[in-house]
Amino acid sequence: MMRRSSFVLGVMAFGYAFLYVPIILLIIYSFNESRLVTVWGGWSTKWYVGLLHNQQMLSAAWLSLRIAAISATFSVALGTLAGMAMARFGRFRGRVLFGGMITAPLVMPEVITGLSLLLLFVSLEQLIGWPEGRGITTITIAHVTFTMAFVAVIVQSRLVSLDESIEEAAMDLGARPAKIFFVITLPIISPAIVSGWLLAFTLSLDDLVIASFVSGPASTTLPMVIFSSVRLGVTPEINALATIIVALVTTGIIVAGVMMARQERIRRIDEQMAASSNG
Amino acid sequence: MAQPNRKITLQPWQDPKEQPYVRIEKVTKKFGDFTAVDDVSLSIYRGELFSLLGGSGSGKTTLLRMLAGFEMPTSGKIFIDGVDMSNIPPYDRPVNMMFQSYALFPHMSVEQNIAFGLKQDRVARDEIKRRVAEVLELVQLGGFAKRRPHQLSGGQRQRVALARSLVKRPKLLLLDEPLGALDRRLRERTQFELVNIQEQVGITFVIVTHDQEEAMTMSSRIAVMNNGWITQVGTPAEVYEYPATKFVAEFVGSVNMFAGRILEDEPDHVLIQSEEAGCDLYINHGVPVPLGTPVSVAVRPEKMALSKEPPATATGRNLSQGTVREIAYLGNLSIYLIELDSGKMVRVTQPNFSRLTEMPITWEDRVYVTWHPFAGVVLTQ
Repeated sequence: MMRRSSFVLGVMAFGYAFLYVPIILLIIYSFNESRLVTVWGGWSTKWYVGLLHNQQMLSAAWLSLRIAAISATFSVALGTLAGMAMARFGRFRGRVLFGGMITAPLVMPEVITGLSLLLLFVSLEQLIGWPEGRGITTITIAHVTFTMAFVAVIVQSRLVSLDESIEEAAMDLGARPAKIFFVITLPIISPAIVSGWLLAFTLSLDDLVIASFVSGPASTTLPMVIFSSVRLGVTPEINALATIIVALVTTGIIVAGVMMARQERIRRIDEQMAASSNG
Repeated sequence: MAQPNRKITLQPWQDPKEQPYVRIEKVTKKFGDFTAVDDVSLSIYRGELFSLLGGSGSGKTTLLRMLAGFEMPTSGKIFIDGVDMSNIPPYDRPVNMMFQSYALFPHMSVEQNIAFGLKQDRVARDEIKRRVAEVLELVQLGGFAKRRPHQLSGGQRQRVALARSLVKRPKLLLLDEPLGALDRRLRERTQFELVNIQEQVGITFVIVTHDQEEAMTMSSRIAVMNNGWITQVGTPAEVYEYPATKFVAEFVGSVNMFAGRILEDEPDHVLIQSEEAGCDLYINHGVPVPLGTPVSVAVRPEKMALSKEPPATATGRNLSQGTVREIAYLGNLSIYLIELDSGKMVRVTQPNFSRLTEMPITWEDRVYVTWHPFAGVVLTQ
């Protein structure tokens, strides 16, 4: 039995407290009766009810979800292609440059990305008349731009670890390259693509800075609504909203965890079966 | 569409009327500055089980991948059944390959894996079903059709890979280290299975291997490759008994090599003086080499005899003296390491004919080493 020193236990407790105490406080205060955020006035769920009637908040949330879903879908399509190029086309001219350029948005300050996209949209509108003004379209395009890099990196790392001879075997058996991609490669890397989509979705849902640059008057996303209302003073309604988001995320993580554990168990049983029928 | 039932001559490469089935003509493959395959020409005949034998980096896998179409020759041409393969992509070649990693599709069942190739050819569904069942029977995996690859043992996966590459009845089947991932006992059994299956289906096999024992057991002919060159092509017996170069002699089996120079060269014998051997070497056939040329003589360990007394027919040729340094008892035979008086270490294997608790020859004994005039092979360079 390993001996755990009280020092290690203390450090661990501190670490977890650092991470989770703020969130727990936020959840507790979302049930606060008092209108003042920092003063405890007893238990109540009235802020949740209020939230349901807050039309502005609800439509912003709906808009954010739509933008996140659309931009994640586009960014998965483009990011997968970029990842394929990086992992499969061997050593082409300028591969290092291309690789660096694909991952640059990961470390680029959001302010720069937002500003440059704004400039692009404005000059495009002057030149060809599209996009007309700024709104949902421009936010979606901007989100595709910056989330695509994440998807490309995830897909690329999955493809690098995928045995290339599986694709060669499909070609050897008579499948053409496009068919190999859809029938062999895509199904095998689908878990990476799903996690790329989820990451892109979360990043888009979360984004405040870039959206602020490229949004128009009729397109206010949820982070923008929260941020602007917080500037006027935090209401417990925001706490309630945050609690709902935390609950959704936690449920998602738990469901994914349970599913993975189940798959792992099935795989172990399969392997035992294979070992016992050795021949 | 069974292959026409054609009588396969036992040694088609010796029949001048026979057309080669696969012709590799002056093929070179370069990767940047590195030449992987260097001006290789090779003819393979229908129904052969042909091995490309060589160490890593010898170019054997590159040559195989050029036959499959995954690599294009830098120069030279490949013909399969008379058709130039230069502009034919892998998915249109009448060739299938079994990969070293097996490369099974992890998201498909055994059945779907095997049916994949037939589906690409738009074979009718009933026909696919019938042929998949047939080939599963052939590789003795009848009950495993619904399993996924990760539910199979290594040996079963190997047979699925074989079935998948056989089911399209290719003109040529390429096997990249087909037994490399199996453990030793399974490998020996599978070697014979593979030969049996090849005889049943009558498809021409080209096998890449680094294992000389595997190549010897299975092949009709072997091409020994080194540094992108083919050093020798021949039947297993030819390659073993008459190695063309020192590399072949040392790569295929073990061998004792004596350096020397030619004293006498007659049509019916050569006499070679060798300080390493400590005696003159007599070989009962002539060699086309001028007198005085430095040569090596290769003698296989099992063709040497050991005795404590000088042999009765001693002529002073092919007879050397030394001291036993090491003995390895392997049951069916024993390996002796003898240090000759010249300091040269020689390896001699002797079958254990009788059941002896006491070995007649033991450590530090003085012994005579002899061999027949036919045992040695003269190698230049």
